[in-house]
Amino acid sequence: MKIAVSVSDNDMTSPVSERFGRAVGFIIYDMESGSNEYIDNTQNLESAQGAGIQAAKNVINSGARVLITGNVGPKAFDVLKKAGIDVYTRADGTVWDAIEDYNTGLLQKANDANAAPHW
Amino acid sequence: MNISVASGKGGTGKTTIALALATLLSQRGIHAAILDCDVEEPNVNLFLKADIHSVDTVYTPVPSVDEARCNGCGKCEQMCRFSAIVIVGGKPLVLPDMCHSCGGCYRVCPEKAIQEIPKEIGGIEEGLKGNLHYAGGRLRIGEPMAAPLIKEVKQYACDADVRVIDCPPGTSCSAIESVRGSDYVILIAEPTPFGLNDLQIIVGMLRQIEVGFGVVINKSDIGDDRVYRYCREEAVAVLASIPYSPESASEYASGFYHEAFIERFSAEFYSIITSVFSGKLKGVCRNE
Repeated sequence: MKIAVSVSDNDMTSPVSERFGRAVGFIIYDMESGSNEYIDNTQNLESAQGAGIQAAKNVINSGARVLITGNVGPKAFDVLKKAGIDVYTRADGTVWDAIEDYNTGLLQKANDANAAPHW
Repeated sequence: MNISVASGKGGTGKTTIALALATLLSQRGIHAAILDCDVEEPNVNLFLKADIHSVDTVYTPVPSVDEARCNGCGKCEQMCRFSAIVIVGGKPLVLPDMCHSCGGCYRVCPEKAIQEIPKEIGGIEEGLKGNLHYAGGRLRIGEPMAAPLIKEVKQYACDADVRVIDCPPGTSCSAIESVRGSDYVILIAEPTPFGLNDLQIIVGMLRQIEVGFGVVINKSDIGDDRVYRYCREEAVAVLASIPYSPESASEYASGFYHEAFIERFSAEFYSIITSVFSGKLKGVCRNE
C-alpha cells in the first residue's frame, strides 16, 4: 500500500507540509517495498481556486490509499473521501516520523475537513 | 443612468454617500433608485427603511450527473476551468460551490448524462421609500460567489432615470460586476495611507475597464494630503471633500442619519451632483 505525505521538498527528512492543496509536492511511500517517489504539485501554487481539488486528484492518480498532511479543506476532503482515501491530519515531524506514527497507530484518522475553504 | 458608488477600501462611506445622493435626487423630483449590490453585507435598507413589497429568490444553474448514463470519459472535467466537476474512481463528482454556471460540461457530455439544476444563491428584495425605489441583494450564507446575484440586482428598477449603485468594497469580481456598465463611478476615498493604497488599486481597475470616475474625499480632515496629491498628479477629478463629523458618526450608529447628513453637507452634495450630472440630467444642478 502507498501513503502520500505533503511536503515542501523531495526529502524523507523534511517536515510534513501543513498545507495540502498548495503543498509543493507529495512523497508517495510504498509500505511493501520501502521505496518512495515524488510527485510535483507546484501547478496548484498559482491557481486562484480549486487547488485542494486538483491536489486530491494528484494524490488519487498516484495510487496512494492514505494521505498524511497538516490541514485539508472541505472540497478536497469530499474528493478524497469519494476516492476512498483515508486522511490523517495534524501530523508533525518529518516524513519518516509521520510514516512511523501511522504504522504504530499514533495518527488520528480525520472524519471531516479540518480547515476552512481558502485556508 | 447608472451611477456607481465604490471604493477600494471598506468603511469609507459608500453607503452613506450613495443613500444621500439617491435621496437628494428623488427629493428633487428625479425618478431615482438605489441598488444595494454589496450582497455579502447589504446595509442600504438598514438606514433607508423602505417598505419591502416583494422578495425574489435567485438561482444559478449547476450540473447534476445521471451516473447510469455516465461512462466516465472525463470530457466534463477537461472542460471545467474551476474544478467544479472531477472524475473520481471513474465517476464524476460535482462540487457546486466551484461552478461558474458556464454550461460547458453539459454541452460537451457525449452521453447527455449531465443536466443543469437550479442552486439557490440568494434573494433580492424590492421596496419604496417616498419616491425612491430600492432593490437589494442578499447572498445566501456560505455561498462563495456574489457576481451572479449582483448581475441580477442590476436588472431591477431599470425604468428609473438614475440608478445609484452601492458597490461592495475592493476590486474583486463582485466589485467589478457592480461597476460594469455604469455611466460614472463616484469613488469614496479616505486621506489615509490605507485609503491611498486602495484608491490607487481601484483607479487602476476602472481605467482598465474604461469607466469614467471622480473621487469624493470623505473624512477629509483626517490623515494627510497624499490622496490629494495623488489625484492632482494623476489628473483624477476631486468632486467634493466631506469633513469628519462626530455628529454624523453618532447618527449613523443610531440608524437614522442620512437626512441629517444631507442637510449638514448640502453644499458638498450639490457640488457632487453638479459635477456628475451637469448637462446630462435636467433640473438637478444648482445653476440650471
